[in-house]
Amino acid sequence: MGFFKDLLSKLKFNPFARKSHVKLGLYGPPNGGKSTLANRICQDWLGEEMSSVSHIAHETREIKIKEQVNIKNKNGKELTFSLVDTPGIATRIDYEDFLKRGMKKKQAKERAKEATKGVIDSIKWLDDMECVVVVLDSTQDPYSQVNITIIGNLQARNIPVLIVANKVDLKRSNIDVIKAAFPQYEVVGVSAKYGKHVEDFYEMLFKIAK
Amino acid sequence: MVTFQFIPFHEIENLGPAKRVNKLLKIVKENKIVLMEGRLKKQEEADLIEITMEEISSKFKGIELSVVYPDKSKQDFGQKVKGTFANILLGDRQGMTIIGPASVVKKIEQNPDKIELFTKDSKTTTPTRRYRKRK
Repeated sequence: MGFFKDLLSKLKFNPFARKSHVKLGLYGPPNGGKSTLANRICQDWLGEEMSSVSHIAHETREIKIKEQVNIKNKNGKELTFSLVDTPGIATRIDYEDFLKRGMKKKQAKERAKEATKGVIDSIKWLDDMECVVVVLDSTQDPYSQVNITIIGNLQARNIPVLIVANKVDLKRSNIDVIKAAFPQYEVVGVSAKYGKHVEDFYEMLFKIAK
Repeated sequence: MVTFQFIPFHEIENLGPAKRVNKLLKIVKENKIVLMEGRLKKQEEADLIEITMEEISSKFKGIELSVVYPDKSKQDFGQKVKGTFANILLGDRQGMTIIGPASVVKKIEQNPDKIELFTKDSKTTTPTRRYRKRK
C-alpha cells in the first residue's frame, strides 16, 4: 500500500491525500485586526493565543505561523490549515509616526526598519498561500490602493479570497462600502475582538477552502 | 510648490518590470508626483511597494499610490470590444496612475467617481486638498 502511495505521490496524483489541509494567510493593511483574528481563531480552536496586538500600527513585523489548526462546522466537517499571520502591507512607513505614539527615537527607528522588512516578507509570501483572508477595518475607507493591489495580486494568482470586514462592533463600521468596493468577493462582517459573527466567518472559510 | 510629472505610456512601454518601477520611483524620490498614463500590472504594483520598502530611510518615507481605471462593468459591449483591441494593439493605456512621495502627499482618497489628493502643508502639516480629478 505504501509503495502505491509513494508512486502516486511521485506522479503528483494521490487519491488518498486529504485536501483539507491548506495554508491560510491573513493579509491586509496595518491595524485592520489580522492578529486579533488570528488570536480569536487560535483561542477558539487551540485554546491559546498566537500574536501580540497593539493600537500602534505594525505590531506584527514578521510572519507568524500556527500549524495544524483544526476547525469543525455545524455539519461535523473538518478543515485543517496552517494559519499564517502576516505584517500589514503599507506603502509608507515613517518612524516619526511611532514617535508621536510615545516611542523613543531609537525604538521608533528600529520598529520602522522591522516594519519595512515585514511588508517585503508579506508580499514574498503571497506565492505560498493557498487561501487568503483579507482583513479590513470596516470603519476605514476600503478604496485604498494597498487593498486593491493585495486583492488584485491574489486574483492574478488564482488564490481564493474571503474578505473580513472587521470591527463591526464600532459605530462607524460600514460593511456595505466594503461589499460595494469588492463585489466579486464574499464579505463577512465580524468583531474579532469580541467574537461577534465569528461563526459566520468559520462557515465561509469552509466555502472558500474547499 | 508641488511638481507633477507626466509619464506617457510609450516612455515605459518597452521597459521590463524592474526598470519601469525604478524609473517611476526615481522621479518620486525627486519629490515629484508622477501622473502616469495607463497602469502597472498587478505584479508590478506589488514590486513597487516592495522596492519602496527597500528604499525607505529617514529622508524617504515611502509613497502614496492610486490608480484610476474605467469601471468595465459600466461599459457596453462595444466599448469593451474597443478597449480589448486597444489593449492588444497599444498596451493597457486606459486609466491613470498617480504616485507621490509620502513627504509631499498626505493621502489620496479614492472612490469610484473621484480622486482627492491631499498634500502636506509645509507650515501647518495639516492636509490640504490640492487636486481633484473626475473620471
